[in-house]
Amino acid sequence: MAAERAASFTNRSIKNTAKLEGYKLALSMLDLTTLEGKDSSEKARSLARKALCPDPTNPSLPTVAAVCVYPAMVSAVKAELARASSTHKIKIASVATGFPSGQFPLDVKLADVRDAIEAGADEIDMVINRGSFLSGDHASVADEIRAVKEVCVSASHPVALKVILETGELETLDNVRIASDLSIRAMAEVDDQDHAATRRRHAAGYFDFIKTSTGKVTPAATMPVTLVMLEAIRDWYLDTGRFVGMKPAGGIRTAKQSLHYLVMVNETLGHLTGDGACPWLTPELFRFGASTLTNDILRQIRWLQTGKYQSAHDFSEA
Amino acid sequence: MPTNTTTDRLDILKTYKLFIDGKFPRSESGRTTTILNSKGQPLAYTSRASRKDLREAVESARRAQATWASSTAYLRAQIIYRIAEMLEGRRAELIESIHSVAAPIAKSAKKSKSSGKSLTPAAEVAFSIDRLVHYAGWADKFSQVLGCNNPVAGPHYNFTVPEPTGVVAVIAPDQPPLLGLVSLLAPVICSGNATVLISSQTNPLPAVLLGEILATSDVPAGVVNILTGDHAELIPFIAGHRDIDAVHGAASGDSATTLRAGSAENIKRVVIRDSIEYTSSECESAWWIEPFVEMKTIWHPASA
Repeated sequence: MAAERAASFTNRSIKNTAKLEGYKLALSMLDLTTLEGKDSSEKARSLARKALCPDPTNPSLPTVAAVCVYPAMVSAVKAELARASSTHKIKIASVATGFPSGQFPLDVKLADVRDAIEAGADEIDMVINRGSFLSGDHASVADEIRAVKEVCVSASHPVALKVILETGELETLDNVRIASDLSIRAMAEVDDQDHAATRRRHAAGYFDFIKTSTGKVTPAATMPVTLVMLEAIRDWYLDTGRFVGMKPAGGIRTAKQSLHYLVMVNETLGHLTGDGACPWLTPELFRFGASTLTNDILRQIRWLQTGKYQSAHDFSEA
Repeated sequence: MPTNTTTDRLDILKTYKLFIDGKFPRSESGRTTTILNSKGQPLAYTSRASRKDLREAVESARRAQATWASSTAYLRAQIIYRIAEMLEGRRAELIESIHSVAAPIAKSAKKSKSSGKSLTPAAEVAFSIDRLVHYAGWADKFSQVLGCNNPVAGPHYNFTVPEPTGVVAVIAPDQPPLLGLVSLLAPVICSGNATVLISSQTNPLPAVLLGEILATSDVPAGVVNILTGDHAELIPFIAGHRDIDAVHGAASGDSATTLRAGSAENIKRVVIRDSIEYTSSECESAWWIEPFVEMKTIWHPASA
């Protein structure tokens, strides 16, 4: 069912100006990511420069939403973003909690989160303990999410939390839904402790997310999995009126795929607020975790604007 | 081609498809062209490639190119020789494909003026096979001829070696449909380039047969991609495409101008063959390989 419904989003005809706007929107929702063992601070700085100006020949394009790196790279990204001459809203996202496995003691995970926040991270991408989840110990998974969330809300600057479910290891779509509901509820429980602070964070554009994957496990993000998670977000909004963001990550490589996802967001969450707008079609509530996707979007934008097919060699890797 | 001897049965005409990434897809546009025999009757249908088919073909060539370039020169020679062998085995079919489609009057009249003699289909196939064998031989020899040792003042060896340019678009002349195509293709692939090949517009049948032959002659998928269709429609997109590194094409007039103007912007190398006598040994030379390689010069320290 989910697979069939998800496949139906891929046959919308989006052309010319609508396509260009779609690509620009997708670009503005990117979490430009490098999560490799060979990452260096220069790679991180280079990625930050790319985030500020994705295509130097076309400065009118939007910046990406965030740069997503390991905790050790956060300070390098922060320094580079601070050098920018123009004002920008690019956030720094850091994976933490023993990414990607999450198989570390809780105090180590919390120290990982604290370090990343102190170095300047605006967003923490945590991993759930899939081992505990699959063995039925949902309570301890929720406890960990609450503990991480408490570190985030106690920080001196606003910090958003993204919970990575690693859906490629959860075996079934039912599990994806259970993990989504559990994560959303755990984060909300901590938010409930201080409504004023939560409102301030939301007003500043810091919303919590659920995220599909680390990018280290195959399959990573797929459309059926993302659809199930979007439905969890929809049902939570209908029950409580609260917004939770969505971040599919890994496996989205082509600009065309990114449009399929935007169609899915619009057709799953687009009609909820009643005013015709879809709050989820903004970088505050929807992100793509990707690295190769960026250059394909830039390539397709340049094709639309010049009428000439582009070479991948023309765009920098980072 | 089978002729209809009874009145109660219609011949089933074959719809030939494109050859992209080792597969035979229809054009994404769904369009076909009816190919007429010399009596003006429908003989077959070919796919009419769109710019999106061109885009897919270039992506496929780009993916295949590095592996083809890194295969040994000896292996590339063997594979090109293998194509010649496979052509030899399907001579009759190729001759029929050239013979059964009449060359347009105006073009053939112009051609016979420039060539001064007519080329029979059988001779065209024979020339094509020999040309492939010729360039199979060049695959492991051109770098010795085009490369060199350079005298330098200092304790260094200095030498220059040719490397393939990358993805090359080959635009076949309308006539001769097989020999023209093979003559432009062979020097490009023997050095390790991958290609997108646009067939003769007036008779694409030999090109689609070549696609079927390539699929079974050890040529890695994507090294040669074959599109059939309208040259005037595809040429502007070839000229502007930034991921095509060079063009080896038969073109004249507006098409040649479009190719040259487009390449001025993205600096692709354009080699246009106009008024070529394809049966001539002029087409068999390392200088036909040279435009589609890049010269790399290396300084290597030498002990004094």
